[in-house]
Amino acid sequence: MDFPVVAVLAATLTIATPLVFGALGALLGERAGVLNLGIEGTLYAGAFVGFLVAARSGSLALATLAAVVAGALAGALMALLTVTLGVNQHVAGIGTTLLLVAACDFSNRQLFGGGQQTVTEKFGRLFAGGGIVAQYPMTYVAFLLLAPAVWWVLRATGAGLRLTAVGENPEAADTAGISVARTRWTALVVGGALMGLGGSFLTLSVLGTFTLDIVSGRGWICIALVIFGRWKVVPVVLGALLFGLFDALQLQLAITPAFGSIPNELLIALPYLVVIAALAVRGRGVRYPGSYLTAYRRA
Amino acid sequence: MRFVLRSREPRWLPAAAAGLAIVATLALTAGPIRLAGAAPVSAFERYVVTPLTTGNGIAEVLLAATPLLFTGLAVAIAFRVGYYNIGAEGQFLAGAMATTAVALALPDLPTAAALPLALVGGAFGGVAWAFLPAFLRRRAGIDEVVTTLLLNPVAVLLLQGLLNGPWRNPDTGFPDSATFADGYRLPALFGSRVHAGLLVGLVLVAVTAVVLRATPLGVRLRAAGQSPAAAEFSGVKVGLLQWRSALVSGGLAGLGGASQVLGVQHQLTGSLAAGYGYTGVVVATLGGLSAVGVLAVALLLGDVQVGAQGASIALQLPSQMGGVLTSVLLLTVVAALSVRHYRLVRRSPRAVGG
Repeated sequence: MDFPVVAVLAATLTIATPLVFGALGALLGERAGVLNLGIEGTLYAGAFVGFLVAARSGSLALATLAAVVAGALAGALMALLTVTLGVNQHVAGIGTTLLLVAACDFSNRQLFGGGQQTVTEKFGRLFAGGGIVAQYPMTYVAFLLLAPAVWWVLRATGAGLRLTAVGENPEAADTAGISVARTRWTALVVGGALMGLGGSFLTLSVLGTFTLDIVSGRGWICIALVIFGRWKVVPVVLGALLFGLFDALQLQLAITPAFGSIPNELLIALPYLVVIAALAVRGRGVRYPGSYLTAYRRA
Repeated sequence: MRFVLRSREPRWLPAAAAGLAIVATLALTAGPIRLAGAAPVSAFERYVVTPLTTGNGIAEVLLAATPLLFTGLAVAIAFRVGYYNIGAEGQFLAGAMATTAVALALPDLPTAAALPLALVGGAFGGVAWAFLPAFLRRRAGIDEVVTTLLLNPVAVLLLQGLLNGPWRNPDTGFPDSATFADGYRLPALFGSRVHAGLLVGLVLVAVTAVVLRATPLGVRLRAAGQSPAAAEFSGVKVGLLQWRSALVSGGLAGLGGASQVLGVQHQLTGSLAAGYGYTGVVVATLGGLSAVGVLAVALLLGDVQVGAQGASIALQLPSQMGGVLTSVLLLTVVAALSVRHYRLVRRSPRAVGG
């Protein structure tokens, strides 16, 4: 049997793309000390808003911008709740996700009637027919622009050092004259914008339409990838690729006759289980950012 | 004027915060409701008041509140000891699947044996689904938030896999299980669709309330959640308490799934994955992680849920507005409660340079 290696690897990159956006967005917040469980809803909102604006304006550029803005606003909501008001981060995050999903479903029902599927123009692949490199533009953005940029910002810029300082020891950062609140707000808003962009990839690049199960747990995968990658950019991106590979493999197995008897749902569940297994192995004894889950108030 | 940290909070503050949050919720949702072409005031009336004006409406509210009692209690018990189980959704579905397995395997059992067996089976299904994250937390210190969350989509996929495969309805060919045998029906109450699952839920609320308020265990649970280091120092085994609470939490959610298939659907369907577990987080949080609070909030959200169905028919307002309303209420309540840590003073107590 000749296994379509090139097709699987190409699919790996495509599947990993929204995860890179989402996981790096989550990483920014967590490095500053805030776990953003609003990610699942933020991906969903990015997907829906991107689709909505594309369907109404016909402009993919405008749609992408709208998804970024929607994501940034979602990040701002998380920042208002957890940074300014000091609300429990788990509750704020789940609440944000529930709100965004309900608001998008409501708007979807109201504007598109829920039932019929409106299809929009979508991004085409660059280098079509080029095998592994035949990818959507956003995939190039994720791997060649975003990941190196986040890596560089965290490692070599003042903003990145301030972010890490605030996440590790907010009292010391505050004493050194760094505004804890402003740093965390920035991390959450920028992180949310990245999540919105990642969500819009699903509608504007892959599907060209919006479905209610379009995100289906990818946000939770991103949160797991950040822990798996121990809050470092390179391992997080590698983790996204690993998940992408397993997801691409299960998609391939599903259409391979020899494996036709395996229930489809079991195959789809496989990558989730792989992530849990990976966490069980690599999640032991990880060191969380120093102020993880903790609101900062001056004594 | 400036805000300073409060040293002690007056008793009226939580109530005032809740009132403020309700006003904020109404203000924030009025815009979208108007945009959707409905009058906000009549919409709010539909959501909250209308369901309670008829006997049938009240019965539907009780029916809608029943699964939320179970998932709300499940989340409250786990959160209280600092174990963030966000997997009640998956555990609820696992419970329903385990109950269905019992009902389909032993169709001929008489009610007296069938119902207890099916309920216990459901509880075990929930415990089984909660086991892995709890085990990983206890043995390897792996964050339960992520693992419980990740198992939710897996439970949905397992449900769909079973309904598309071995449990596909033999009569209709639809992806629903066969209807359960007569022994597997929770009795109806008040001649309505309300079923005995409500009574099970109320008993659990009462038991939880007594345990949390009036037993040494309740004190230890509270201590473990509020200040784990201090609790550990005074001899409370925090890790063990969290482990047990995690499994009890899963069992409660699983029992909720069992109650739903035995009391309402009498078969397993894909529509069961409707977010009861996630809503449980809302119920537990708004209920202040107390049993009586869970009961009150479950009834309120049940009311809004029934109202949302009514409003979608009467006002053509999509029923998803019910979800918007409850999640906005959650966020405004936690936001308003956080402000209680501060109080407003007229002038700063002493002039500080800069």
